[in-house]
Amino acid sequence: MKNVQAGVGQFVPAVRRHGAPIRITVDGEALDARAGDSILAAVLLRRRALRRHEFGGELRAGFCLMGACQDCWVWLDRERRVRACTTTVTEGMRIDLDAPDEEPASFD
Amino acid sequence: MTRVAIVGAGPAGIRAAAALVEAGIRPVLLDEAARPGGQGYRTPSPGLDLDMAALMGSEAGHHARLHGLFAAIHDRVDYRPETLVWAVDGRTLHVATQGRAGMVAFDALLLATGATDRVVPCPGWTKPGVFTLGGAQAILKDQGCFIGRRVAFVGSSPLLLLAALQYQSLGAHVAAVVDTTPFGAKLAALPGLAASPRTLRRGIAYRTKLRAAGIPVHDGAAPVAIEGRDGVEGVRLRHGAREWTIACDAVALGHGLKPETQLADLAGAQFAYDPVFRQWLPETDADGRAGPSLYLAGDGAAIGGAYAAEASGTLAAAALLADHGRPQPKATLRRLRQEVARLRRFQRGLARAFAWPAGQAAALPDDATLCRCEGITAGEVRRAMAQPLGPREVNRVKAITRVGMGRCQGRICGPALADIVAAAAGLDHAAVGRLRGQAPVKPIPLALGAEPAG
Repeated sequence: MKNVQAGVGQFVPAVRRHGAPIRITVDGEALDARAGDSILAAVLLRRRALRRHEFGGELRAGFCLMGACQDCWVWLDRERRVRACTTTVTEGMRIDLDAPDEEPASFD
Repeated sequence: MTRVAIVGAGPAGIRAAAALVEAGIRPVLLDEAARPGGQGYRTPSPGLDLDMAALMGSEAGHHARLHGLFAAIHDRVDYRPETLVWAVDGRTLHVATQGRAGMVAFDALLLATGATDRVVPCPGWTKPGVFTLGGAQAILKDQGCFIGRRVAFVGSSPLLLLAALQYQSLGAHVAAVVDTTPFGAKLAALPGLAASPRTLRRGIAYRTKLRAAGIPVHDGAAPVAIEGRDGVEGVRLRHGAREWTIACDAVALGHGLKPETQLADLAGAQFAYDPVFRQWLPETDADGRAGPSLYLAGDGAAIGGAYAAEASGTLAAAALLADHGRPQPKATLRRLRQEVARLRRFQRGLARAFAWPAGQAAALPDDATLCRCEGITAGEVRRAMAQPLGPREVNRVKAITRVGMGRCQGRICGPALADIVAAAAGLDHAAVGRLRGQAPVKPIPLALGAEPAG
């Protein structure tokens, strides 16, 4: 995630957010999150963008935030593709932002 | 016993399920989300223990009642969360639950699939920090987050004011509310809005409160571009000959709502062009019948808002019961029909007042991204159409340019695409067709589709 200022999030807490602290890894880098965070919230509370677009390489951070636009796909354990906005983090979750070299086949 | 499948566990789906449960039927309630409530009345992420009274504001009581109703019927419903219905084939639904394939057979299908935001793209709209207006509210209720520190609410929708006020009252800095529709055009639509004076008064109160809080509300201004290097740094606006930039780090973009009709399409519903909404909408009778054993309710049938969704869910379930030999009390049906009709009439008034800015969509600059999935520009569409025998219909344009063929299946770019195609072809908006729903209605792993029923 070049050009993404670390430590400054796009999202900002609006109310008190409870939830036990947990650790996830994003592209191999440890990230503090809370139980109950969506992957997207966990990342965007700490970064300005989620991923790079697979065609143009530009930064993206999702768009619809409700599972319709599919602009927040990430990979779990380099094999399962999920939407970051509708997937809740779990302790030790391993997230990769780019598709594995062998991208799982999908309709598009 | 009649096997009833309901798709969608928002206000319409929950009300429909409750009416069926009351009649002794145990419906299958399929929902793509992990928790019930739909978009507007979503259940917040449980681990976070958010203060829902604060987040829901004046809707807190309604939110609590709907979830109370769901809890009361939960054990009499075959509720299947995290289940995507991706195809309809005769009397069978094809579903995917956490990577596993399945099928659900039904005798009657009630679709309560809700709506998504309708958005006019502008240069820079793919930058991190630009989100849909509905998304700006969803992330608040689901995750207790604002989309940014200084948020501009831009588009053409009464929900701009509502969302801006929610953000402001919870402590966010609202940079501005920018409504594309000129104030005079909104006033001209007032007769239609008189159908629901309470909601109208509320809208006027929102405006007054925002102005009192020192938040600029611009009517008749349109975004020229969303600016910034790696994220949002501002939004450049134009009003007549005047251009200026508002500093912000996030933009909520929304131009009304659009029913999620892909499954209705696959299930055989007929569509008719609606010039007020500038959309192709599924045809139903007053009770929600859309075909043999096919019922539509809520915003997925016609935009009516949450209250209309609840009433139309009950009404569609009553129609279903009546069609299966269980006539419902005439007075109840009449009351529900009147309520649904009144609330939807009000939404038509709003659609007139907060019009989809067709000219703005048609004028999207050539170098601006239209399809954010595949990174295709408006210019690529116009160039393809300008070829000898170039396409003049949206499905043909999709086949040639791939706009609308990406991951979102045209959910996001479809409305603007129709205006760009109509303008380039010199045709009426209704004459360029509508993007047909295709299975799978959302992307699924190929391996899943190949598996037999699990």
